[in-house]
Amino acid sequence: MLSPYPLLVRAGYRRRSVYLTASLAGLFTNTVFGLLRVAVLLAVVAQTGSTAGYDAGAVSAFVWLGQGLIAVVMLWGDGELSERVRSGDIAIDLSRPWDLQLALLAGDLGRAGHAVLFRLAPPVAFGALVLPFRWPTDPVPTILLFTASTVLAVVVSFALRFLLDLSTFWLLDSRGVRSVYNGLGGVLAGLTVPLAFFPDALRGLLYATPFPAILQTPIDVFTERDGLAALLAHQLLWAVALLALGRLVLARATRKLVVQGG
Amino acid sequence: MAEGVYRRIVASRVRSQLAYPTSFALDCLAQAIGQALELVVILVVFGRVRSLGGFDREEVLLMYGLAGIAFGLADLAVGQLDDLPRWIRTGEFDVLLARPLGTLTQLATSDLQLRRLGRVAVGLVVLVAVITGAGIEPTPLNLALLVVTPLVGTVLISAIWVATCAVSFWVVDGKEVANAFTYGSSLTTSYPVTVFGPWLRRVFCFAVPSAFVAYFPALALLDRPDPLGLPHALRYASPLVAVVAVAVAALVWRTAVRRYQGAGS
Repeated sequence: MLSPYPLLVRAGYRRRSVYLTASLAGLFTNTVFGLLRVAVLLAVVAQTGSTAGYDAGAVSAFVWLGQGLIAVVMLWGDGELSERVRSGDIAIDLSRPWDLQLALLAGDLGRAGHAVLFRLAPPVAFGALVLPFRWPTDPVPTILLFTASTVLAVVVSFALRFLLDLSTFWLLDSRGVRSVYNGLGGVLAGLTVPLAFFPDALRGLLYATPFPAILQTPIDVFTERDGLAALLAHQLLWAVALLALGRLVLARATRKLVVQGG
Repeated sequence: MAEGVYRRIVASRVRSQLAYPTSFALDCLAQAIGQALELVVILVVFGRVRSLGGFDREEVLLMYGLAGIAFGLADLAVGQLDDLPRWIRTGEFDVLLARPLGTLTQLATSDLQLRRLGRVAVGLVVLVAVITGAGIEPTPLNLALLVVTPLVGTVLISAIWVATCAVSFWVVDGKEVANAFTYGSSLTTSYPVTVFGPWLRRVFCFAVPSAFVAYFPALALLDRPDPLGLPHALRYASPLVAVVAVAVAALVWRTAVRRYQGAGS
């Protein structure tokens, strides 16, 4: 039998490509926020020439990659799965001949692929054109590593969103939990200010969580910062651990699920 | 008569939110966290440098506090307009037109999200905490400014919200575009305008008058000269700018509603 997962990746891509104006509108917002954010960080860096290893070009690369990657990793989930749990449609999803987590991950990777082309590339191109921008000095290996790191970032983000959505099985409404996560995510993942700017003690704590793996690590790979092997290992570890935890929680939730009606 | 109707509508919205206390408390917390994030950014940045755009930490926090209260209250008052695209797309907006009440007030009262008070609380705490540290003289004028500024700021941000959300009448997916200005103003008002380059400043601080929410009143409170050398009178001009902003927003909204033709068949 043909494996459904590659097809699901394609479907995830095509589903997004229908909403071109939505992509354009999102792009506009990302670009405006990028300009405002980069202005603040450039004002910081301008005073000393370089802060925590970031010069003007690196700060600009940080902001534009970050603004693009939010859409790629989908930092703020849409709670679609949560809604299906609440409405009970999840029973249909579970009875399909697929592995639910893998199927959703496949769709999410397709979505991310679309976002790379339409949400990541344009702000990076814009930022590189109008501001100083730090391109990789060693392009080929860096871009390859960046691709791998971005895929891992999508997986970690997906696994976290999957867990948050599954909380609906117990909470019946995951909105509160998700909005707390959405609030924290931006700062903890390194969207607003580089995690390297944090005091050392706090940074240690941050790297005990999966958040840096979602945004900061792919950006660090692109800007060729030190200690990349450890950062990639951190990503891989969290990706595997969170996916495994997701399967465990899903198994628990399925046992709890009662399908009414005949 | 209309006031009575609105009072009853608002009271029912408030009751409906308090029906789920846990969810409400979490929502409040989430809003407070959302507001506190920019505070974290400011504190982290000042861990690395001593001044930003020519202002020290207490001075920037003063602007952040004033802006935070104003943004939270504005979000409480007109944040529901973020749903405007849905009202238009589903045709529910037509229902509003048929009722003998103003469309804008109906939308604003369609949901009074008390959780936004979480944002206001963070702004208020920061403002109170920095008043002494920032070296503000306790003159009657300054005390009046401290009370009036967040309220005028609320009116200003609400006007920006109304004017930019009206874009949804022309553009599908206008919400994202409006967000750049509404949530963007939360960012531009929290920092001194000197941080932004000349072009950004023209568009996001003066054309969209966010510099009048916190920056100019803060100059008056701190009794500092404007690093940009702009006229001294501007620091007391916020109420006047608010009146103009409301007039512009009202005009944009009316024009938009008048040309609205309905989404249905």
